[in-house]
Parts: sequence; C-alpha cells; structure tokens
Amino acid sequence: MNERAQLLLSLADDELILGWRNSEWTGIAPFLEEDVAFSSIAQNEIGHARALYELAARELGTDADALAFDRPLEEYRSAPLVELRRLEWARTIARHWLYETADAIRLDALKESDDEELAGIAAKIDREEVYHRIHAEMWIDRLLGTDEGRGRLDEALDELWPYALGVLDDALRPELVRRVEAKLGRAMQEVAPIARGRHEAELAELHEEMTMVRRSAPAGARW
Amino acid sequence: MSAAPEERGARLKPRPRARLEVDSVWRALAEIPDPEIPVISIVDLGVVADVRVAGNRVEVDFTPTFMGCPALDTMRHQMEDAVRGLGAEPVVHVVLDDSWSTDRITPEGREKLRDAGFAPPAPRSAGAPTLLQLERGPFGCPWCGSTDTRLDNVFGPTPCRSLRYCNACRQPFEQFKTI
Repeated sequence: MNERAQLLLSLADDELILGWRNSEWTGIAPFLEEDVAFSSIAQNEIGHARALYELAARELGTDADALAFDRPLEEYRSAPLVELRRLEWARTIARHWLYETADAIRLDALKESDDEELAGIAAKIDREEVYHRIHAEMWIDRLLGTDEGRGRLDEALDELWPYALGVLDDALRPELVRRVEAKLGRAMQEVAPIARGRHEAELAELHEEMTMVRRSAPAGARW
Repeated sequence: MSAAPEERGARLKPRPRARLEVDSVWRALAEIPDPEIPVISIVDLGVVADVRVAGNRVEVDFTPTFMGCPALDTMRHQMEDAVRGLGAEPVVHVVLDDSWSTDRITPEGREKLRDAGFAPPAPRSAGAPTLLQLERGPFGCPWCGSTDTRLDNVFGPTPCRSLRYCNACRQPFEQFKTI
C-alpha cells in the first residue's frame, strides 16, 4: 500500500472510531445539550471518515464501505487514543480536547500539502472541526474553573497524554506539547508516545459491533 | 433521381429536439427543495457550483455542505432525476474541497431561511468563528429581530445548526453555523 493510501486510512480510521466512541454518549450524557453535541460531533467525524475512505478507495480499487467495515481489526490504522472506551466525563472531555488539538495541527499541515486533493479535503474538514474545538475548549475552561474539575481533568489528561502524542508523527508532536501546555499553564510529562501500530484491547468489541451489519448481509444490504 | 444522401439521412433522423440550454438545467435544479429545510432550494443553498451541457450529457458540480449530512445522497439523486426529466443523461461530480461555505447561500436563500424561523449564518468575512464571537456576537433573533440573544448549544438538531435563545421575545431559535 502506498504512503498516500496509508495516510488516508490513518485519518479515516481515527475519525470513524472516534465518531463511534462519541456516539456512545447518545442518550446517556450528563445533560441533554451534551447528548446533542456528542451525537452531532460523531455524525461529523463519520462524515469525514466516509469522504477520506472514498479517496483511499479510489487509490486501492475498492469502495468506502469495504474499507470501513470489511477489514480485519489488525489492519485498522487508528491511533490508540480514539480506541479507548471512556464512559467517564472528565476522561471523555480530556480525550475530546487532546484529539481535537492534535487533529487541528495535523489538518494545518495537510492544508499546506502539495497534494491538492488532500489539501482541499483537509480545508473542508477543518471548517467543521472549528466547532468541535470550540466545544472542547468550552469544557476545558469550565472544568478548569473549579478545584474538583481541575483535579479530575488533570488526572485524565496525564493518563491520556502518551496516547495524545501518539496521534501525530514525530515532526508535529512539539506543536502539540506547546499548545497543550499553553492552555493548561503547566508542563506536561515527557513520556513515550503510544502510537498507531498497536491496538487497545477494547477495540475488539467495537469492531465486532461496528461490522455486524455488513457481516450479516455479505452480499450488501440496501436501505 | 432520388434525394441526395445528406437529405435522405436528414429525413431518417428523429425530429430534432430543442438544444438543452444551461439555463434550463439551472431552472430545473432550482426547483429541488433542500431535503431537510424545504423552504430553500439547493440552488439557493449554493451547492450547485457549475453546470455544463455537452450534447445530451449534463454535468453538475456538486459541493456538499456538511460532510456527514445525510441529505447529501438525496440531493445528488434529486439532481440526477431533474436532469433526466429534461431528457438528458446526468453526471454529478461531488467536489470535496472547501469551495462551499455558508457565504454561498444566496441573498434570497437567506431571506427564505429567516422567514421560516432559522437565523441565517453570519458572513465568514471575519474569518473562522470563535467561542467568544458565538457568545458575544450580535446574532439576531429570526422572530423579533432583537440581538439580545444567547448561545444555548454550539450543536443542534442537524450538523449545520446551533441553538440560541432570544432574551427579548423568550423564544429559542436555530442559528445556521458559519462554515
């Protein structure tokens, strides 16, 4: 598989898996506004995944659904950060903000790419991601506003920090450190990134659930 | 002596149909309502970027709004049907760059949205939106026109809308996001 297809699949897999994880809050978020927000963010992420899979599919001679749902778990290129199942609010917000911050850095780099198609799609995705970042930052500000919020957020951020670094390639990591430290007003630990190439144990259950419909109708269901 | 070959050929051809004009395609597309907000047409929405007619083939460049919008497939199929309705063969190209923004909604489209109770998007001229702008900006209520409104939720019933509340007439309303 060429480098371009690998990059497209990494981006698409991140958005698909995170979209799925975000949708796990639908109906059970702490309050109604967050049900709506996380469902909407999930919908956007899965929309981005679809467009990216379509580009990758052209490269690989297949289609978007096959890439999203027919690959064995080991072939997914998602970052471990998005695979974690974290149905706890501080950790959800920590993951949301760390991912959106890392994703913004990655999209900025892609928008400058010589590959016009990739630069165009990155710019389009970024128009929507602005709202995810606004939402995430609003929550970071809110949690930083009380001692309890700050304490729980800090704990979650420290736990997820090696995973957050793992979303980006080496070259882009210093910018993530800079942005995160600037927002929090504290230094982050120097840790080894948990990068893509391995999977979290809890991805297995998600993969099983996500691919169930395709497996039940191998000839292709029509809706 | 029989007719010259060209003449004979001409007689065998089907009755010539009026050549399809680009304008008639635009008019047909302008009849298609947005699947989720039917007060506005897809042409008002600005998602038809270009129309080209080559003989019996009509090419439409379609710039989607939000990428996860479930209405996109419906819009594409409706465009294809509209072109077929004109007796032509449709080719809809989905353009996945950032050429669509909410600034592409036409002035008529913005008025139709406001009349239906949706606050049209703020112009993007000031750049990408920020939280400060969403919280402090002068967003007008589509019901009473007051700008004494507050942000209730960045997200709403569909990806393209936020929820706001008007302090003057005490009505919630849906605000189109600027993208």
